[in-house]
Amino acid sequence: MKETSPLNLYKQLPQTNCKECGEQTCMAFAAGLIARTKKVEDCPPLLKDKKYAKKLAALQSTVAPEVRMVYVGVGDKQLKVGGEDVMYRHQMTFFNKPPFAYDVTDTMDEAKLVERVKKIATWKKFYIGNWERVEMIAIRSVSNDPAKFAACVKKVQETTDYPLILCSFNPAVLKAGLEVAAKARPLVYAANKENWKEVAQLVHDFNVPVVLSVPFDLDGLKSMAVTFESAGIKDIVLDPGTAPNGKQLQESLKSFINLRRAAVEEAQRDIAYPTIALPINAWLTTQDPVRAAYWESVLTAAFVIRGGAIMVKHSIEAHSMMPDMHLRFNIYTDPRKPVQVKPGVHNVGTPNAEVPMFLTTNFALTYYTVESDLGSNGINCYLMSINTDGIGVQASVAGGQLTPQKIKDAFDESGFKWEEQKYPALVLPGMAAKFSGELEELFGGKVKIMVGPEDSGRLGEWMTKMWPPK
Amino acid sequence: MAEKVTLSDLNKTLSELNVQSLEGVKIEGDVEIEIDAGAGGVGPLFAYYFGQQAAEIAMQLIKFAKAVGYPVDGLLQPVAMAQAISPAPASLAGAAAAVTAAIPAFKVPAALASSKFSVGTDKTWKNQIQEVTIGATKANGGSRGNVIKLGGEKAMPFFPDAPMPHNPKITMDVFDMPIGMAKAVKVHYEDVINSPGEWAKKAVKKFGADLVTVHLISTDPLLKDTSAKDAVKTVEEVLQAVDVPICIGGSGNPDKDPVVLAKAAEVAQGERVLIASANLNMDWEKIGKACVDNGHVCLAWTQLEINAQKELNRKLMKVAGVPRESIVMDPTTAALAYGLDFAYSNMERIRLGALRGDEELTFPMSSGTTNAWGVREAWMVRSPNKEDSDWGDRMLRGPIWEILTGFTLAMAGVDIFMMMHPLAVAYVHEITQSLMGMIEAKTPDTASWLKMEV
Repeated sequence: MKETSPLNLYKQLPQTNCKECGEQTCMAFAAGLIARTKKVEDCPPLLKDKKYAKKLAALQSTVAPEVRMVYVGVGDKQLKVGGEDVMYRHQMTFFNKPPFAYDVTDTMDEAKLVERVKKIATWKKFYIGNWERVEMIAIRSVSNDPAKFAACVKKVQETTDYPLILCSFNPAVLKAGLEVAAKARPLVYAANKENWKEVAQLVHDFNVPVVLSVPFDLDGLKSMAVTFESAGIKDIVLDPGTAPNGKQLQESLKSFINLRRAAVEEAQRDIAYPTIALPINAWLTTQDPVRAAYWESVLTAAFVIRGGAIMVKHSIEAHSMMPDMHLRFNIYTDPRKPVQVKPGVHNVGTPNAEVPMFLTTNFALTYYTVESDLGSNGINCYLMSINTDGIGVQASVAGGQLTPQKIKDAFDESGFKWEEQKYPALVLPGMAAKFSGELEELFGGKVKIMVGPEDSGRLGEWMTKMWPPK
Repeated sequence: MAEKVTLSDLNKTLSELNVQSLEGVKIEGDVEIEIDAGAGGVGPLFAYYFGQQAAEIAMQLIKFAKAVGYPVDGLLQPVAMAQAISPAPASLAGAAAAVTAAIPAFKVPAALASSKFSVGTDKTWKNQIQEVTIGATKANGGSRGNVIKLGGEKAMPFFPDAPMPHNPKITMDVFDMPIGMAKAVKVHYEDVINSPGEWAKKAVKKFGADLVTVHLISTDPLLKDTSAKDAVKTVEEVLQAVDVPICIGGSGNPDKDPVVLAKAAEVAQGERVLIASANLNMDWEKIGKACVDNGHVCLAWTQLEINAQKELNRKLMKVAGVPRESIVMDPTTAALAYGLDFAYSNMERIRLGALRGDEELTFPMSSGTTNAWGVREAWMVRSPNKEDSDWGDRMLRGPIWEILTGFTLAMAGVDIFMMMHPLAVAYVHEITQSLMGMIEAKTPDTASWLKMEV
C-alpha cells in the first residue's frame, strides 16, 4: 500500500461508525489500515453488505501490498511470503520475515533423513520473550527418481508438519512429490526455461505456488512471470539467481535490490512478486564445512537485509543458525513498536520478604533477558526496571541515562518498602558496579548494595554464592 | 415489457429465494456476471470450476429476469450471450464459456511472452559523502607507508545506482594494557597482550588490518589512571611498530579523554590519525581543536540518535572549526541480537539523509564492531536457558557474531570498522569486496545446488 492518508481510505469505508471492528469510528479504522493494525476483513459490513461491493474492491486494491503475498503451507504453520511495502525498514517495517527452509535430500537413508528433519523441526532459541524457530523443509531430488522423491516427501511429512519446498527441475519428479504433498500446499522449485510448460500445468492442476527460476536474466524472469500470470497462475516466487561468489554475487544482490525497487518504488505490478534466495549455494564453493557455513551466513545476511522473501539453507550447526535467526529477527523487528518495558518494580516468580531486589534498565531486550535468566533458574525476586529511555545497562552507564541518583529516585517513586524485607539489599548489574559507593550513601546505609555478575546468565551461580547476604 | 428491474431488486429477490451469496462474484451493470479473480485469492482451478457454477447461476438469473419481465433478449445480444439464452440445456457450456470469458479454462501458453525489465535509480540521491583521508605519508608531513580513503559514496552501499569509490576498511583494536577478552579472541593475542607494538604488528602483518586503533584504556581513573603524558608513549610505540595509518582511542571517561586525546594528538602531529572520539557529554571542543591544530581526523560519537549526531557534527564544524574533510561519525554499534536493528536503521537513515542533501550528515561512518563480543551468544559456553537447543562451539559461534554485526552495518553505509577477531576481519573484507565486484572467482552453476551432495 502506498496510501498514507487515512482520509483517502475513509472514503472507501461505510462511514457509519458502527464500531463492529472494535474501533470507535470509521476514521479510526482507516488509521488502523494505514498502520497495518487492521485488515479490510476486520470491517464486517464492508464484507457482508453487497451495497459496499465496489468500495470493498477498491479498498482491497488500495491496501494490497506492493510486493505480492504468497501463502505457502496450510493451517497454523501456513507462511506468508512477500507482502512488503517499503524499501527500507525504518520507512514503516518489514512485515513477513523470510522463512528459512533447511534442506534434506531424497538420497539420504531413512534414519538420517528422519534425524535431520527432527533436528530442524525441533530447533529453538529463546529471544525477547519468544521462541525462534525454523519454518520449512526443502526437499531436494538428488536421485532424479520420481518414486524415490515421493517416498522421501512422504517420510518427511510423517515426521513433521512444517511446510515444504519441493525441489527439482524434472516435472515427473515434481509431479510425484505433489501427488503426495499437494494438500499441504508446498512451494514448487522450480519452473525454468526448459520445463516451464510442464511445471505450469502441474502447479495449475495441483493449485500450489511456484518458483520461476531464470538466473541472471531479469528480462527472461519477467517474461516468464508475465506468461504465468496470463495463464492465471499468480502464486509466484521469483528466483533471480543467487551466485555465491565472484562478480556474479554483486549482480545477484543488485537483482534483489532492483526487483524490490520495481515493486515498491515504481509499482511495476507485473514483476512485483516475492523473491527466493539460495544461501545454500555457499556449499558449492568449498569443501570446508566451517568456511561454507560462515559464507552461507554472510549470504543469508545480504539477502535478508535486501529483501529476499524466502531462503533455502543448509547448515544446521548452532554457529550458523543462531546468528542467522537473530539477524533476521533484528531486521524484521517492527521499528514502530516500543522496545521499552514499564519502569518500576516487577515481580519475578513469587517474591517474599527474603528475596533479593535486582536492577536493570527498561530496554526491552535487556529486561526480558534478565527476567528469563532469573525465571529459568527458578529465582524468585523483585526486578526494578529503571527508565533509561530504552537504553541497555552498559550504554546507559556510559551515556549518563543510568545514575545513582536516578536509581534512588526510582525506588522512592515506586514506594517499595525496604523495611519489610528481611535482607534489604539491592543487586546492581555488574556493568554498574561503580555506582555502589554513591548508592550506599544515597540510601543512608538502610539498603545493602551488592554487585551482581556482568552477564545475567550467571545469576544462578551468583545466587548460590551470594544469597542470602551474610 | 414490464418495468425495469434494478440490481438491488434482483439481489433482494435472490436472497428471498435463498440463493447463497458467493464470495468473489459481483453482479455489475445489468445481467452480466464477472468473476473477480483478484478478490480473496481465487486461484485458476477454483475459477475454472466456479465458471461452470457461475454459468448455471447465470442461466437461473436469466430465467428469473425473464420471469419478472426483464428484457433479457435485447440486453444479451450485444454482449454475445445469444447462446446462453437459448433454453436448451446444452447451452450451459456455451454460457459458461461466455460468462467465464475473463478466465478461460487453463491453457499453457504456446510460448513465453517477451518482456523487458527495467528500473530506475533513486533520483533523490544528489549529495556525495565527504571523502576523508586518514594517515599521511612523508610527502604530506607524516611517516605512514600509505593513506586510507573513506567516503565519497553517491548511493547506498552496493546499490546499482553508483559504484562505491573505496571499499570499507578495517582497523583492528590494540589496547595499552591487558584486558578481558572472550576466549575465541584471546587465543589470537595472548603472545602480544603486554606489547602494544607487537600487537599492532601482528594485526597488520598477520591479520590484514588496514589500520590499527590504539585504545589508551589504562588512563581510566577506575583502571590504572595513567597520566596523559605516560599514555601517549604507547602511541609513539605503535607509530614506530607499523606504518599503516592509525586511530587513537581514549578510555571512554568523559573527564579524562579530552586531556588524554589532546596530548595524543600532539605527539602524533602530522600523521593524520583518527582521534576517537568526541561526544556531546564531554569537552568535545577541546578534542575537536586538538584535531584541527595537529591535522587529525575527529571521530564524532553519538548514541543511536540522528539529531544528536547532527548537533555534534555541527558543533565540531562551527565551534571547534573542524573542516568537513576531517570528520568521521560513529553513530554507535549495538550488536547482533542486542539492538542491531537500532544501529542498522539509525545508520541507514543517516546515510539516506546525507545522500538526500542533509549537509550535517554527509560524513563517512565508523562502527565499533568489537561490541559484538559483549553479546552473551558470542562468548558463553552454553545457554543459560535450559530449554534452548544446543549452542554449539563458542569458538565458532563468536567470530560469526562479529562478522554479521559488521557486515550488516556495511549494508547500512559504514566505511570503517573497529574489529578484533582475525576471522571476522577476513570475512568482512571478503564479503564487502565481493559485493563491489572486486574479487574474481569462478562462480559455480547456481542451479547445481539441487543435486549437490553435501
